Amino acid sequence: MSLTTADVEHVANLARLGLSEDETELLRSQLSSILEHIEVLQQLDTGRIPPTARMNSLTNVLRDDVVQQSLPQIVVLSNAPQSRDGFFEVRAVMTEDTAEGGSA
Amino acid sequence: MHSDLTRFSAAGARAALDAGEFSAVDLTRAHLARIDAVDGDVHAFLHVMGDVALAQAEAADVRIASGEVLPLTGIPIALKDILVTIDAPTTAASKILEGYVSPYDGTVVARLREQGAVFLGKTNTDEFAMGSSTENSAFGPTHNPWDLSRAPGGSSGGSAASVAAREAVIALGSDTGGSIRQPAGFCGVVGLKPTYGRVSRFGLIAFASSLDQIGPFSRTVQDAAIMLNAIAGHDPRDSTSVPDIAPDFRAGFRTDLTGVRVGIAREYTVAGMEPGVTNAVAAAAKQLEDLGAELVDISLPHTEYALATYYITAPAEASANLARFDGVKYGLRIDGATLQDSYRATRGQGFGAEVKRRIMLGTYALSSGYYDAYYVKAQKVRTLIKQDFEEAFKQVDVIAGPTSPTVAFGLGSRMDDPYQMYLADIFTIPANMAGTPGVALPCGFSEGLPVSLQLLGKAFDEQTLLGIAHAYEQSAGWHKHTAKI
Repeated sequence: MSLTTADVEHVANLARLGLSEDETELLRSQLSSILEHIEVLQQLDTGRIPPTARMNSLTNVLRDDVVQQSLPQIVVLSNAPQSRDGFFEVRAVMTEDTAEGGSA
Repeated sequence: MHSDLTRFSAAGARAALDAGEFSAVDLTRAHLARIDAVDGDVHAFLHVMGDVALAQAEAADVRIASGEVLPLTGIPIALKDILVTIDAPTTAASKILEGYVSPYDGTVVARLREQGAVFLGKTNTDEFAMGSSTENSAFGPTHNPWDLSRAPGGSSGGSAASVAAREAVIALGSDTGGSIRQPAGFCGVVGLKPTYGRVSRFGLIAFASSLDQIGPFSRTVQDAAIMLNAIAGHDPRDSTSVPDIAPDFRAGFRTDLTGVRVGIAREYTVAGMEPGVTNAVAAAAKQLEDLGAELVDISLPHTEYALATYYITAPAEASANLARFDGVKYGLRIDGATLQDSYRATRGQGFGAEVKRRIMLGTYALSSGYYDAYYVKAQKVRTLIKQDFEEAFKQVDVIAGPTSPTVAFGLGSRMDDPYQMYLADIFTIPANMAGTPGVALPCGFSEGLPVSLQLLGKAFDEQTLLGIAHAYEQSAGWHKHTAKI
Protein backbone atom coordinates (compact mmCIF):
# COMPACT_ATOMS: atom_id res chain seq x y z
CA MET A 1 0.00 0.00 0.00
CA SER A 2 1.74 3.12 -1.19
CA LEU A 3 0.22 6.49 -0.37
CA THR A 4 0.52 9.56 -2.57
CA THR A 5 1.18 13.07 -1.35
CA ALA A 6 -2.43 13.90 -2.22
CA ASP A 7 -3.64 11.01 -0.01
CA VAL A 8 -1.67 12.36 2.93
CA GLU A 9 -2.93 15.90 2.35
CA HIS A 10 -6.51 14.63 2.16
CA VAL A 11 -6.23 12.74 5.46
CA ALA A 12 -4.45 15.68 7.13
CA ASN A 13 -7.33 17.89 6.10
CA LEU A 14 -9.87 15.43 7.54
CA ALA A 15 -7.89 15.44 10.81
CA ARG A 16 -7.48 19.25 10.80
CA LEU A 17 -3.76 18.71 11.16
CA GLY A 18 -1.38 21.29 9.74
CA LEU A 19 1.68 19.60 8.25
CA SER A 20 4.80 21.05 6.70
CA GLU A 21 6.00 19.73 3.34
CA ASP A 22 8.73 17.75 5.08
CA GLU A 23 6.25 16.23 7.50
CA THR A 24 3.92 15.32 4.65
CA GLU A 25 6.67 13.51 2.80
CA LEU A 26 7.92 11.72 5.94
CA LEU A 27 4.40 10.62 6.84
CA ARG A 28 3.78 9.48 3.27
CA SER A 29 6.66 7.05 3.48
CA GLN A 30 6.14 6.01 7.11
CA LEU A 31 2.39 5.45 6.79
CA SER A 32 2.93 3.48 3.57
CA SER A 33 5.36 1.24 5.39
CA ILE A 34 3.08 0.76 8.41
CA LEU A 35 0.13 -0.02 6.12
CA GLU A 36 2.26 -2.65 4.41
CA HIS A 37 2.71 -4.41 7.76
CA ILE A 38 -1.00 -4.10 8.45
CA GLU A 39 -1.80 -5.86 5.15
CA VAL A 40 -1.15 -9.14 6.99
CA LEU A 41 -4.78 -8.99 8.19
CA GLN A 42 -6.03 -9.55 4.65
CA GLN A 43 -4.72 -13.13 4.89
CA LEU A 44 -7.50 -13.94 7.36
CA ASP A 45 -10.96 -14.92 6.19
CA THR A 46 -13.24 -13.00 8.53
CA GLY A 47 -16.41 -13.27 6.43
CA ARG A 48 -18.40 -14.95 9.19
CA ILE A 49 -16.72 -13.31 12.20
CA PRO A 50 -18.67 -10.62 14.07
CA PRO A 51 -16.73 -7.44 14.89
CA THR A 52 -15.81 -6.64 18.53
CA ALA A 53 -16.40 -3.00 19.36
CA ARG A 54 -16.54 -3.11 23.14
CA MET A 55 -14.77 -5.16 25.70
CA ASN A 56 -17.42 -6.28 28.13
CA SER A 57 -21.07 -7.19 28.06
CA LEU A 58 -22.35 -3.89 29.43
CA THR A 59 -24.90 -2.35 27.08
CA ASN A 60 -27.13 0.70 27.33
CA VAL A 61 -25.79 1.82 30.69
CA LEU A 62 -28.40 4.20 32.04
CA ARG A 63 -28.69 6.33 35.14
CA ASP A 64 -31.54 8.20 36.77
CA ASP A 65 -32.13 11.58 35.22
CA VAL A 66 -31.26 13.63 38.26
CA VAL A 67 -29.89 17.16 38.18
CA GLN A 68 -26.43 17.26 39.71
CA GLN A 69 -24.01 20.00 40.62
CA SER A 70 -21.79 20.90 37.69
CA LEU A 71 -18.57 22.88 37.61
CA PRO A 72 -18.93 26.66 37.96
CA GLN A 73 -18.69 28.56 34.67
CA ILE A 74 -15.65 30.54 35.80
CA VAL A 75 -13.76 27.32 36.55
CA VAL A 76 -14.64 25.76 33.22
CA LEU A 77 -13.51 28.89 31.39
CA SER A 78 -10.29 29.21 33.40
CA ASN A 79 -8.25 27.18 30.89
CA ALA A 80 -9.73 28.82 27.79
CA PRO A 81 -7.20 30.53 25.52
CA GLN A 82 -9.80 33.26 24.98
CA SER A 83 -13.20 33.83 26.57
CA ARG A 84 -15.70 36.66 26.72
CA ASP A 85 -18.98 37.17 28.59
CA GLY A 86 -19.06 33.59 29.79
CA PHE A 87 -18.35 32.08 26.37
CA PHE A 88 -15.37 30.47 24.70
CA GLU A 89 -14.27 32.94 22.07
CA VAL A 90 -13.26 31.73 18.61
CA ARG A 91 -13.05 33.11 15.08
CA ALA A 92 -16.34 33.25 13.23
CA VAL A 93 -17.59 29.77 12.39
CA MET A 94 -19.80 30.93 9.52
CA THR A 95 -18.17 33.08 6.90
CA GLU A 96 -19.17 34.24 3.45
CA ASP A 97 -16.61 31.86 2.04
CA THR A 98 -18.54 28.72 2.97
CA ALA A 99 -15.90 26.43 1.50
CA GLU A 100 -13.50 27.55 4.20
CA GLY A 101 -16.07 28.38 6.86
CA GLY A 102 -17.57 24.93 6.54
CA SER A 103 -21.26 24.79 5.71
CA ALA A 104 -22.83 21.41 6.34
CA MET B 1 15.57 4.30 63.36
CA HIS B 2 15.65 3.23 59.74
CA SER B 3 18.55 4.50 57.70
CA ASP B 4 16.78 4.63 54.36
CA LEU B 5 13.06 5.22 54.22
CA THR B 6 12.96 4.83 50.43
CA ARG B 7 13.40 1.06 50.62
CA PHE B 8 9.97 0.23 52.00
CA SER B 9 7.13 -1.50 50.24
CA ALA B 10 3.72 0.09 50.82
CA ALA B 11 2.78 -2.81 53.10
CA GLY B 12 6.04 -2.44 55.04
CA ALA B 13 5.69 1.32 55.32
CA ARG B 14 2.08 0.89 56.50
CA ALA B 15 3.19 -1.31 59.40
CA ALA B 16 6.04 1.04 60.35
CA LEU B 17 3.84 4.15 60.14
CA ASP B 18 1.17 2.55 62.29
CA ALA B 19 3.78 1.41 64.81
CA GLY B 20 5.09 4.97 65.04
CA GLU B 21 8.58 4.07 63.82
CA PHE B 22 8.53 7.17 61.63
CA SER B 23 5.94 9.66 60.42
CA ALA B 24 4.32 10.15 57.03
CA VAL B 25 6.14 13.48 56.90
CA ASP B 26 9.47 11.68 57.45
CA LEU B 27 8.59 9.18 54.73
CA THR B 28 7.52 11.92 52.32
CA ARG B 29 10.61 14.05 53.01
CA ALA B 30 12.82 11.02 52.34
CA HIS B 31 11.19 10.50 48.94
CA LEU B 32 11.29 14.20 48.02
CA ALA B 33 15.00 14.22 48.95
CA ARG B 34 15.51 11.15 46.81
CA ILE B 35 13.79 12.88 43.88
CA ASP B 36 16.08 15.87 44.44
CA ALA B 37 19.12 13.61 44.44
CA VAL B 38 18.45 11.41 41.40
CA ASP B 39 15.74 12.89 39.21
CA GLY B 40 18.17 15.19 37.45
CA ASP B 41 19.58 11.98 35.95
CA VAL B 42 16.41 9.88 35.71
CA HIS B 43 13.83 12.53 34.76
CA ALA B 44 10.92 10.42 35.93
CA PHE B 45 8.92 13.48 36.98
CA LEU B 46 7.44 16.32 34.94
CA HIS B 47 6.07 18.07 38.05
CA VAL B 48 7.08 17.46 41.65
CA MET B 49 4.26 18.30 44.07
CA GLY B 50 6.44 19.02 47.12
CA ASP B 51 4.08 21.37 49.01
CA VAL B 52 1.01 19.29 48.24
CA ALA B 53 2.82 16.15 49.33
CA LEU B 54 3.96 17.60 52.66
CA ALA B 55 0.48 18.94 53.44
CA GLN B 56 -1.01 15.53 52.63
CA ALA B 57 1.64 13.85 54.78
CA GLU B 58 0.80 16.10 57.74
CA ALA B 59 -2.88 15.28 57.33
CA ALA B 60 -1.99 11.59 57.11
CA ASP B 61 -0.06 11.79 60.38
CA VAL B 62 -3.16 13.20 62.08
CA ARG B 63 -5.20 10.28 60.74
CA ILE B 64 -2.57 7.79 61.81
CA ALA B 65 -2.49 9.26 65.31
CA SER B 66 -6.26 8.85 65.55
CA GLY B 67 -6.12 5.30 64.19
CA GLU B 68 -8.33 6.18 61.21
CA VAL B 69 -6.05 4.67 58.61
CA LEU B 70 -6.67 3.03 55.25
CA PRO B 71 -4.00 0.94 53.48
CA LEU B 72 -2.48 3.89 51.58
CA THR B 73 -2.74 6.60 54.25
CA GLY B 74 0.60 8.43 54.24
CA ILE B 75 2.09 6.36 51.40
CA PRO B 76 4.02 8.44 48.80
CA ILE B 77 2.72 7.81 45.30
CA ALA B 78 3.59 9.07 41.80
CA LEU B 79 0.91 9.66 39.16
CA LYS B 80 1.37 9.39 35.42
CA ASP B 81 0.86 12.84 33.93
CA ILE B 82 -2.19 11.69 32.03
CA LEU B 83 -4.34 11.39 35.18
CA VAL B 84 -5.98 14.73 35.85
CA THR B 85 -5.39 16.44 39.21
CA ILE B 86 -6.73 19.72 40.56
CA ASP B 87 -3.54 20.74 42.33
CA ALA B 88 -0.86 20.14 39.70
CA PRO B 89 -0.65 20.56 35.93
CA THR B 90 -1.65 17.65 33.68
CA THR B 91 0.06 17.78 30.31
CA ALA B 92 0.03 14.23 28.89
CA ALA B 93 3.65 15.21 28.09
CA SER B 94 2.32 17.31 25.21
CA LYS B 95 2.97 20.91 24.28
CA ILE B 96 -0.71 21.20 23.43
CA LEU B 97 -1.55 20.88 27.16
CA GLU B 98 1.45 22.70 28.63
CA GLY B 99 0.39 24.38 31.87
CA TYR B 100 -3.12 22.89 31.85
CA VAL B 101 -4.65 22.42 35.31
CA SER B 102 -7.77 20.29 35.41
CA PRO B 103 -10.85 21.64 37.18
CA TYR B 104 -11.56 18.16 38.58
CA ASP B 105 -9.75 15.06 39.83
CA GLY B 106 -9.87 11.74 38.00
CA THR B 107 -11.75 9.03 39.89
CA VAL B 108 -8.61 7.09 40.82
CA VAL B 109 -6.99 10.31 42.04
CA ALA B 110 -10.06 11.11 44.16
CA ARG B 111 -10.05 7.60 45.62
CA LEU B 112 -6.39 7.92 46.59
CA ARG B 113 -7.08 11.28 48.24
CA GLU B 114 -9.84 9.63 50.29
CA GLN B 115 -7.30 7.01 51.39
CA GLY B 116 -5.01 9.80 52.59
CA ALA B 117 -2.26 8.95 50.09
CA VAL B 118 0.58 11.41 49.42
CA PHE B 119 1.07 12.69 45.85
CA LEU B 120 4.76 13.20 45.08
CA GLY B 121 4.20 14.40 41.54
CA LYS B 122 3.28 13.71 37.95
CA THR B 123 5.44 11.38 35.91
CA ASN B 124 6.77 11.50 32.40
CA THR B 125 5.16 9.55 29.56
CA ASP B 126 5.22 9.32 25.82
CA GLU B 127 2.99 12.12 24.55
CA PHE B 128 -0.65 11.08 25.10
CA ALA B 129 0.71 7.63 26.13
CA MET B 130 1.71 6.88 22.53
CA GLY B 131 5.02 5.09 22.52
CA SER B 132 7.17 2.36 24.01
CA SER B 133 10.18 4.28 25.33
CA THR B 134 9.00 7.61 26.85
CA GLU B 135 11.12 9.30 24.17
CA ASN B 136 7.98 10.79 22.61
CA SER B 137 7.54 13.10 25.61
CA ALA B 138 7.58 16.75 24.54
CA PHE B 139 9.62 17.45 27.68
CA GLY B 140 12.56 15.09 27.18
CA PRO B 141 12.97 11.35 27.80
CA THR B 142 13.15 9.45 31.06
CA HIS B 143 16.31 7.42 31.68
CA ASN B 144 16.29 3.81 32.88
CA PRO B 145 17.56 3.71 36.49
CA TRP B 146 19.46 0.45 35.76
CA ASP B 147 21.43 2.07 32.94
CA LEU B 148 20.88 5.74 32.25
CA SER B 149 21.77 5.33 28.57
CA ARG B 150 18.76 3.04 28.09
CA ALA B 151 15.05 3.68 27.70
CA PRO B 152 12.74 2.93 30.64
CA GLY B 153 10.12 1.58 28.25
CA GLY B 154 6.83 3.28 27.75
CA SER B 155 4.55 4.84 27.65
CA SER B 156 4.43 4.96 31.47
CA GLY B 157 8.25 5.11 31.65
CA GLY B 158 8.31 7.87 34.27
CA SER B 159 6.08 5.90 36.64
CA ALA B 160 8.14 2.73 36.18
CA ALA B 161 11.44 4.57 36.66
CA SER B 162 10.17 6.43 39.74
CA VAL B 163 9.49 3.14 41.53
CA ALA B 164 12.71 1.51 40.28
CA ALA B 165 14.79 4.53 41.41
CA ARG B 166 13.05 4.52 44.82
CA GLU B 167 11.63 8.00 44.21
CA ALA B 168 8.12 6.68 44.90
CA VAL B 169 6.72 3.67 46.76
CA ILE B 170 4.00 3.01 44.20
CA ALA B 171 3.05 4.73 40.95
CA LEU B 172 0.02 4.69 38.70
CA GLY B 173 0.21 4.34 34.94
CA SER B 174 -2.08 3.43 32.08
CA ASP B 175 -1.86 0.48 29.71
CA THR B 176 -3.33 0.63 26.19
CA GLY B 177 -1.01 -1.84 24.45
CA GLY B 178 1.48 -2.65 27.19
CA SER B 179 2.25 0.80 28.61
CA ILE B 180 2.33 -0.49 32.20
CA ARG B 181 3.75 -3.99 31.75
CA GLN B 182 6.49 -3.20 29.22
CA PRO B 183 8.10 -0.32 31.20
CA ALA B 184 7.68 -2.31 34.44
CA GLY B 185 9.67 -5.04 32.72
CA PHE B 186 12.39 -2.70 31.46
CA CYS B 187 12.74 -1.14 34.92
CA GLY B 188 12.59 -4.37 36.95
CA VAL B 189 9.42 -3.64 38.93
CA VAL B 190 5.91 -5.10 39.12
CA GLY B 191 3.33 -3.68 36.68
CA LEU B 192 -0.32 -4.68 36.60
CA LYS B 193 -2.91 -4.07 33.89
CA PRO B 194 -6.30 -4.90 35.38
CA THR B 195 -9.24 -6.30 33.42
CA TYR B 196 -10.89 -3.74 31.15
CA GLY B 197 -13.76 -2.28 33.18
CA ARG B 198 -12.19 -2.99 36.57
CA VAL B 199 -10.87 0.54 37.15
CA SER B 200 -12.69 3.74 36.20
CA ARG B 201 -11.14 5.66 33.32
CA PHE B 202 -12.84 8.93 34.31
CA GLY B 203 -10.10 11.55 34.43
CA LEU B 204 -7.64 9.46 32.43
CA ILE B 205 -6.91 11.50 29.29
CA ALA B 206 -8.28 9.16 26.63
CA PHE B 207 -5.97 7.50 24.10
CA ALA B 208 -7.95 4.44 22.91
CA SER B 209 -11.10 4.07 24.93
CA SER B 210 -11.74 0.37 24.30
CA LEU B 211 -8.18 -0.51 25.35
CA ASP B 212 -7.05 1.95 28.06
CA GLN B 213 -6.86 0.73 31.64
CA ILE B 214 -5.21 2.29 34.71
CA GLY B 215 -3.00 0.18 36.95
CA PRO B 216 -0.13 0.20 39.45
CA PHE B 217 3.67 -0.04 39.44
CA SER B 218 5.18 -1.38 42.64
CA ARG B 219 8.13 -3.27 44.06
CA THR B 220 5.99 -6.24 45.19
CA VAL B 221 2.90 -8.05 43.94
CA GLN B 222 1.30 -7.41 47.32
CA ASP B 223 1.64 -3.65 46.83
CA ALA B 224 0.04 -3.95 43.38
CA ALA B 225 -2.91 -5.75 44.98
CA ILE B 226 -3.16 -3.09 47.70
CA MET B 227 -3.24 -0.34 45.07
CA LEU B 228 -5.80 -2.21 42.96
CA ASN B 229 -7.96 -2.59 46.09
CA ALA B 230 -7.86 1.19 46.44
CA ILE B 231 -8.71 2.14 42.85
CA ALA B 232 -10.99 -0.66 41.60
CA GLY B 233 -14.75 -0.60 41.64
CA HIS B 234 -17.72 0.82 39.83
CA ASP B 235 -17.88 4.49 38.91
CA PRO B 236 -21.09 5.94 37.48
CA ARG B 237 -18.92 8.41 35.54
CA ASP B 238 -17.40 5.63 33.41
CA SER B 239 -20.10 3.61 31.67
CA THR B 240 -17.58 0.85 30.89
CA SER B 241 -16.67 0.30 34.53
CA VAL B 242 -18.37 -2.86 35.75
CA PRO B 243 -20.92 -2.74 38.56
CA ASP B 244 -19.46 -5.78 40.34
CA ILE B 245 -18.17 -5.27 43.86
CA ALA B 246 -14.37 -5.38 43.69
CA PRO B 247 -13.00 -8.20 45.85
CA ASP B 248 -9.86 -8.14 48.04
CA PHE B 249 -7.18 -8.76 45.44
CA ARG B 250 -4.90 -10.34 48.04
CA ALA B 251 -7.44 -13.09 48.69
CA GLY B 252 -5.76 -15.49 46.24
CA PHE B 253 -2.24 -15.21 47.69
CA ARG B 254 -0.61 -18.59 48.12
CA THR B 255 2.79 -20.22 48.36
CA ASP B 256 2.07 -23.62 46.81
CA LEU B 257 0.92 -23.90 43.19
CA THR B 258 -0.26 -27.51 43.29
CA GLY B 259 -3.26 -27.87 41.00
CA VAL B 260 -2.47 -24.70 39.06
CA ARG B 261 -2.28 -25.05 35.28
CA VAL B 262 0.10 -22.61 33.58
CA GLY B 263 -0.18 -22.23 29.82
CA ILE B 264 2.96 -21.81 27.73
CA ALA B 265 1.91 -20.39 24.37
CA ARG B 266 4.06 -21.49 21.46
CA GLU B 267 3.38 -18.13 19.75
CA TYR B 268 5.18 -16.29 22.57
CA THR B 269 8.55 -17.39 21.24
CA VAL B 270 9.47 -15.25 18.26
CA ALA B 271 12.42 -14.57 16.01
CA GLY B 272 14.62 -11.80 17.36
CA MET B 273 14.11 -12.68 21.00
CA GLU B 274 17.21 -12.18 23.08
CA PRO B 275 18.64 -15.45 24.47
CA GLY B 276 18.94 -13.85 27.91
CA VAL B 277 15.20 -13.22 27.88
CA THR B 278 14.34 -16.70 26.62
CA ASN B 279 16.54 -18.31 29.28
CA ALA B 280 15.24 -16.27 32.21
CA VAL B 281 11.62 -16.88 31.23
CA ALA B 282 12.27 -20.62 30.79
CA ALA B 283 13.82 -20.68 34.28
CA ALA B 284 10.75 -18.90 35.64
CA ALA B 285 8.48 -21.51 34.06
CA LYS B 286 10.60 -24.21 35.68
CA GLN B 287 10.25 -22.42 39.01
CA LEU B 288 6.46 -22.38 38.64
CA GLU B 289 6.64 -26.12 38.01
CA ASP B 290 8.81 -26.59 41.10
CA LEU B 291 6.13 -24.78 43.11
CA GLY B 292 3.63 -27.43 42.02
CA ALA B 293 2.13 -25.96 38.87
CA GLU B 294 1.57 -28.03 35.76
CA LEU B 295 2.91 -26.51 32.53
CA VAL B 296 0.56 -26.96 29.57
CA ASP B 297 1.49 -26.26 25.95
CA ILE B 298 -1.18 -24.07 24.42
CA SER B 299 -1.72 -22.07 21.25
CA LEU B 300 -3.01 -18.55 20.75
CA PRO B 301 -3.14 -18.87 16.97
CA HIS B 302 -3.99 -15.25 16.09
CA THR B 303 -1.13 -13.70 18.08
CA GLU B 304 0.75 -12.77 14.91
CA TYR B 305 -2.17 -10.56 13.86
CA ALA B 306 -2.47 -8.68 17.16
CA LEU B 307 0.07 -5.97 16.36
CA ALA B 308 -1.58 -5.07 13.05
CA THR B 309 -5.02 -5.15 14.67
CA TYR B 310 -3.79 -2.85 17.41
CA TYR B 311 -2.24 -0.39 14.98
CA ILE B 312 -5.59 0.09 13.33
CA THR B 313 -7.84 0.04 16.40
CA ALA B 314 -5.78 2.22 18.74
CA PRO B 315 -4.97 5.01 16.23
CA ALA B 316 -8.60 5.00 15.00
CA GLU B 317 -9.88 5.56 18.52
CA ALA B 318 -7.09 8.06 19.21
CA SER B 319 -7.91 10.10 16.13
CA ALA B 320 -11.44 10.56 17.47
CA ASN B 321 -10.39 11.15 21.10
CA LEU B 322 -7.74 13.73 20.19
CA ALA B 323 -10.16 15.75 18.07
CA ARG B 324 -10.98 17.65 21.26
CA PHE B 325 -7.56 19.33 21.28
CA ASP B 326 -8.43 22.19 18.98
CA GLY B 327 -7.37 25.30 20.90
CA VAL B 328 -10.90 26.30 21.88
CA LYS B 329 -11.62 25.22 25.45
CA TYR B 330 -8.15 24.61 26.89
CA GLY B 331 -4.53 24.21 25.97
CA LEU B 332 -2.47 25.75 23.23
CA ARG B 333 -4.07 28.00 20.61
CA ILE B 334 -2.25 29.16 17.51
CA ASP B 335 -4.46 31.72 15.86
CA GLY B 336 -5.13 31.50 12.13
CA ALA B 337 -7.09 33.57 9.62
CA THR B 338 -10.15 31.34 10.04
CA LEU B 339 -11.38 28.90 12.67
CA GLN B 340 -10.32 26.00 10.43
CA ASP B 341 -6.85 27.52 10.07
CA SER B 342 -6.63 27.88 13.85
CA TYR B 343 -7.45 24.21 14.29
CA ARG B 344 -4.80 23.18 11.78
CA ALA B 345 -2.13 25.48 13.18
CA THR B 346 -2.85 24.59 16.81
CA ARG B 347 -2.79 20.86 16.18
CA GLY B 348 0.11 21.05 13.75
CA GLN B 349 2.30 22.87 16.28
CA GLY B 350 0.90 21.33 19.47
CA PHE B 351 1.26 17.64 18.66
CA GLY B 352 4.55 15.77 18.34
CA ALA B 353 5.60 13.42 15.54
CA GLU B 354 4.24 10.13 16.95
CA VAL B 355 0.88 11.63 17.87
CA LYS B 356 0.55 13.08 14.37
CA ARG B 357 1.49 9.72 12.89
CA ARG B 358 -1.24 7.96 14.86
CA ILE B 359 -3.88 10.57 14.19
CA MET B 360 -3.10 10.25 10.49
CA LEU B 361 -3.12 6.44 10.56
CA GLY B 362 -6.39 6.37 12.51
CA THR B 363 -8.09 8.98 10.36
CA TYR B 364 -7.04 7.06 7.27
CA ALA B 365 -8.40 3.77 8.67
CA LEU B 366 -11.74 5.43 9.41
CA SER B 367 -11.98 7.41 6.19
CA SER B 368 -14.48 6.82 3.45
CA GLY B 369 -13.46 3.88 1.27
CA TYR B 370 -11.08 2.35 3.83
CA TYR B 371 -13.35 1.90 6.86
CA ASP B 372 -14.38 -1.68 6.03
CA ALA B 373 -10.97 -2.78 4.77
CA TYR B 374 -9.15 -1.54 7.87
CA TYR B 375 -11.29 -0.64 10.84
CA VAL B 376 -14.04 -3.25 10.54
CA LYS B 377 -11.49 -5.86 9.52
CA ALA B 378 -9.48 -5.12 12.67
CA GLN B 379 -12.58 -5.37 14.84
CA LYS B 380 -13.29 -8.81 13.38
CA VAL B 381 -9.75 -9.99 13.98
CA ARG B 382 -10.09 -8.64 17.50
CA THR B 383 -12.92 -11.13 17.98
CA LEU B 384 -10.56 -13.93 16.91
CA ILE B 385 -7.87 -12.77 19.36
CA LYS B 386 -10.42 -12.63 22.16
CA GLN B 387 -11.63 -16.13 21.28
CA ASP B 388 -8.03 -17.41 21.43
CA PHE B 389 -7.86 -16.38 25.08
CA GLU B 390 -11.31 -17.76 25.88
CA GLU B 391 -10.29 -21.13 24.43
CA ALA B 392 -6.92 -21.09 26.23
CA PHE B 393 -8.48 -20.30 29.58
CA LYS B 394 -10.69 -23.37 29.31
CA GLN B 395 -7.44 -25.35 29.70
CA VAL B 396 -5.27 -23.22 31.98
CA ASP B 397 -5.47 -20.77 34.90
CA VAL B 398 -2.82 -18.35 33.65
CA ILE B 399 -0.52 -17.98 30.64
CA ALA B 400 3.20 -17.37 31.28
CA GLY B 401 5.69 -15.83 28.88
CA PRO B 402 8.06 -12.93 28.38
CA THR B 403 6.78 -9.38 28.84
CA SER B 404 9.00 -8.13 25.99
CA PRO B 405 11.27 -9.83 23.45
CA THR B 406 14.27 -7.79 24.64
CA VAL B 407 15.62 -6.07 27.72
CA ALA B 408 15.66 -2.25 27.80
CA PHE B 409 17.02 -0.90 24.52
CA GLY B 410 19.24 2.16 24.16
CA LEU B 411 17.73 5.64 24.12
CA GLY B 412 17.54 6.76 20.51
CA SER B 413 18.07 3.29 19.06
CA ARG B 414 14.55 2.81 17.68
CA MET B 415 13.33 6.33 17.03
CA ASP B 416 13.93 6.24 13.28
CA ASP B 417 11.73 3.24 12.56
CA PRO B 418 8.23 3.42 14.04
CA TYR B 419 7.47 -0.21 13.30
CA GLN B 420 10.59 -1.44 15.14
CA MET B 421 9.39 0.53 18.14
CA TYR B 422 5.92 -1.01 17.87
CA LEU B 423 7.46 -4.51 18.02
CA ALA B 424 8.45 -3.87 21.65
CA ASP B 425 4.81 -4.49 22.56
CA ILE B 426 4.07 -7.71 20.67
CA PHE B 427 3.55 -9.79 23.83
CA THR B 428 1.55 -7.19 25.74
CA ILE B 429 -0.89 -6.01 23.05
CA PRO B 430 -3.03 -9.19 22.84
CA ALA B 431 -4.33 -8.79 26.42
CA ASN B 432 -5.50 -5.26 25.62
CA MET B 433 -7.25 -6.53 22.51
CA ALA B 434 -9.00 -9.17 24.65
CA GLY B 435 -9.63 -6.91 27.66
CA THR B 436 -7.96 -9.41 29.99
CA PRO B 437 -5.58 -8.69 32.90
CA GLY B 438 -1.83 -9.16 32.91
CA VAL B 439 1.02 -8.64 35.33
CA ALA B 440 4.73 -8.16 34.62
CA LEU B 441 7.21 -9.06 37.31
CA PRO B 442 11.00 -9.43 37.55
CA CYS B 443 12.36 -12.89 36.66
CA GLY B 444 16.10 -12.39 36.32
CA PHE B 445 18.76 -10.43 34.49
CA SER B 446 20.36 -10.40 31.08
CA GLU B 447 23.53 -8.38 30.60
CA GLY B 448 22.84 -6.66 33.91
CA LEU B 449 19.36 -5.51 32.90
CA PRO B 450 16.05 -6.80 34.28
CA VAL B 451 14.10 -9.50 32.45
CA SER B 452 10.37 -9.66 33.04
CA LEU B 453 7.88 -12.51 33.27
CA GLN B 454 4.37 -11.75 32.04
CA LEU B 455 1.46 -13.68 33.52
CA LEU B 456 -1.88 -13.27 31.73
CA GLY B 457 -5.13 -14.09 33.48
CA LYS B 458 -8.83 -14.54 32.87
CA ALA B 459 -11.09 -11.51 32.71
CA PHE B 460 -12.10 -10.41 36.21
CA ASP B 461 -9.91 -13.00 37.90
CA GLU B 462 -7.02 -10.84 39.08
CA GLN B 463 -7.09 -12.78 42.36
CA THR B 464 -5.86 -16.00 40.75
CA LEU B 465 -3.39 -14.06 38.59
CA LEU B 466 -1.91 -12.13 41.53
CA GLY B 467 -1.93 -15.21 43.75
CA ILE B 468 0.27 -17.07 41.28
CA ALA B 469 2.46 -14.00 40.70
CA HIS B 470 2.93 -13.58 44.46
CA ALA B 471 3.92 -17.23 44.90
CA TYR B 472 6.51 -16.93 42.14
CA GLU B 473 7.88 -13.61 43.39
CA GLN B 474 8.29 -14.78 46.97
CA SER B 475 10.04 -18.00 46.01
CA ALA B 476 12.26 -16.49 43.30
CA GLY B 477 13.26 -13.35 45.20
CA TRP B 478 14.15 -11.21 42.16
CA HIS B 479 12.18 -8.30 43.59
CA LYS B 480 14.90 -7.85 46.22
CA HIS B 481 17.35 -6.60 43.58
CA THR B 482 17.23 -2.84 43.15
CA ALA B 483 18.80 -0.47 40.64
CA LYS B 484 22.14 0.87 41.86
CA ILE B 485 21.48 4.52 41.40
